[in-house]
Amino acid sequence: MSNEEIIHKLKPIITTYAPASAALENLNEESDFIKDLNINSANLVDIILDVEEAFGITIDNTSMEKMLTVKASIEVIKEKLSEK
Amino acid sequence: MDNRVVITGLGVVSPNGIGLDQFLSAIKEGISGIKHQQNLSDLKFSCQIAGLPEVSDELAAQYFSPLELRNFNSSGILYGVIAGMDAWKDAGLPLNETHEPFWDYGMVFGAGTSGIDRFREAIYTIDKLEIRRLGSTVVAQTMNSGVSAYLSGKIGLGNQISTNSSACCTGTESLLTAFERIKSGQATVVLAGATSDSGPYIWGGFDGMKVCTYKHNDSPTKGSRPMSATASGFVPGSGAGAFVVESLTHAKARGAKIYAEILGGHANSGGQRGAGTMTAPNATAVQRCISKALENAHVQATNIDAINGHLTATAMDALEISNWTIALNRKGSDFPYINALKGMTGHCLTASGSIECVASVLQIHHDFMFPNVNCEDLNPAITALIDAEKIPQKMKSIKINTLIKASFGFGDVNACIILKKYTP
Repeated sequence: MSNEEIIHKLKPIITTYAPASAALENLNEESDFIKDLNINSANLVDIILDVEEAFGITIDNTSMEKMLTVKASIEVIKEKLSEK
Repeated sequence: MDNRVVITGLGVVSPNGIGLDQFLSAIKEGISGIKHQQNLSDLKFSCQIAGLPEVSDELAAQYFSPLELRNFNSSGILYGVIAGMDAWKDAGLPLNETHEPFWDYGMVFGAGTSGIDRFREAIYTIDKLEIRRLGSTVVAQTMNSGVSAYLSGKIGLGNQISTNSSACCTGTESLLTAFERIKSGQATVVLAGATSDSGPYIWGGFDGMKVCTYKHNDSPTKGSRPMSATASGFVPGSGAGAFVVESLTHAKARGAKIYAEILGGHANSGGQRGAGTMTAPNATAVQRCISKALENAHVQATNIDAINGHLTATAMDALEISNWTIALNRKGSDFPYINALKGMTGHCLTASGSIECVASVLQIHHDFMFPNVNCEDLNPAITALIDAEKIPQKMKSIKINTLIKASFGFGDVNACIILKKYTP
């Protein structure tokens, strides 16, 4: 799965938790969930649960901690997909 | 110098009416909100009727964001937020659009449980060894102060934010606590109120105790019978009531409409001594609570025009009337008018005092006594103490200057508050 395909699948998940903003419109690899997208940190765990469901993967606690940006999330998703 | 304290906003989510207009017309017309509940029947409850406010998804969406409504399953928070936000709006107060909290505006919003259905889901998830899939929303929905936390965030309050809990006294106690904080100058505005969860997991405990009626599963609107000779146990209910309580100075400065003034009140306990137990009231404590409330409010018992009773539709109703006659030293034709809302709503538990105080304030503001329903066969033990005409069974237009309201709860706790028509 390409980075673009992953972002395309991530966008609706992130949109659920992020307030409307230009940063959300222009979601890209550099987007930071908290700093750029103003997501409440308590919701990061909900994003991860939705990602697990959407991609059919399981994300361990160590990987979860890394998922603060779109880029880091793509890396974790790719890694977990390759282990399937 | 103590502040005078007034009520400037009201909100209500009651089994017989959501919002002030619907609720006001329902209580004037004696409309019942009690219905047969299929889920209670399926679960083999003895009492299969209840007073349940019907909140549509469309209505909920006006108060909560789509994100807040994801995995949302807390009826108490739902009712409390609707009632609280309505009261705030009714008072003409703004939502805080700045980064600075409203330091002088606080909240005391009671609850007995929070999100009991959400809690049940979480327990099942945990027991299925799926805790990692629990998500982030369980704590906010199941902490007892959840309702206060949701409301204070929506408005932007910066004074003390608390949730009180004292069984069926909770609603009346919250209003009294708000009064005290404003009277003593610790806050200028307090959003007061109380809420109660709905459903089998909150009502089941009472059904198990056999304190709810099982005789009216086929006649729900006749089931809740305060002061009736055929009262056979209470009908469970739920909902929320809310008040904006404010210092008179602050209310006048912003030109707020004033529904009523709070003169004072008292809360106490019978200590589960004498006849008092976990579930039965110590009559001496009830009488003392009423006397102390009068004393605190500087009101003579002879000046009370109306009583809004606790009156749950059990055998305790006659004892409550007896306590009022002793505490006020008034009986027969000298007794004030009295009414009981629970005939129309059932017993809304933690929320009961709040919903009933909303009804009381509306009576003062609109000059009427709502009708007592389902007591066409008055309990003779009650008519031996007070004249039947003091228990109006039709709506009565009457000027109410001073009204006294009491609530009594498990744990042998009592709360009593005195409300007055506002005169400058």
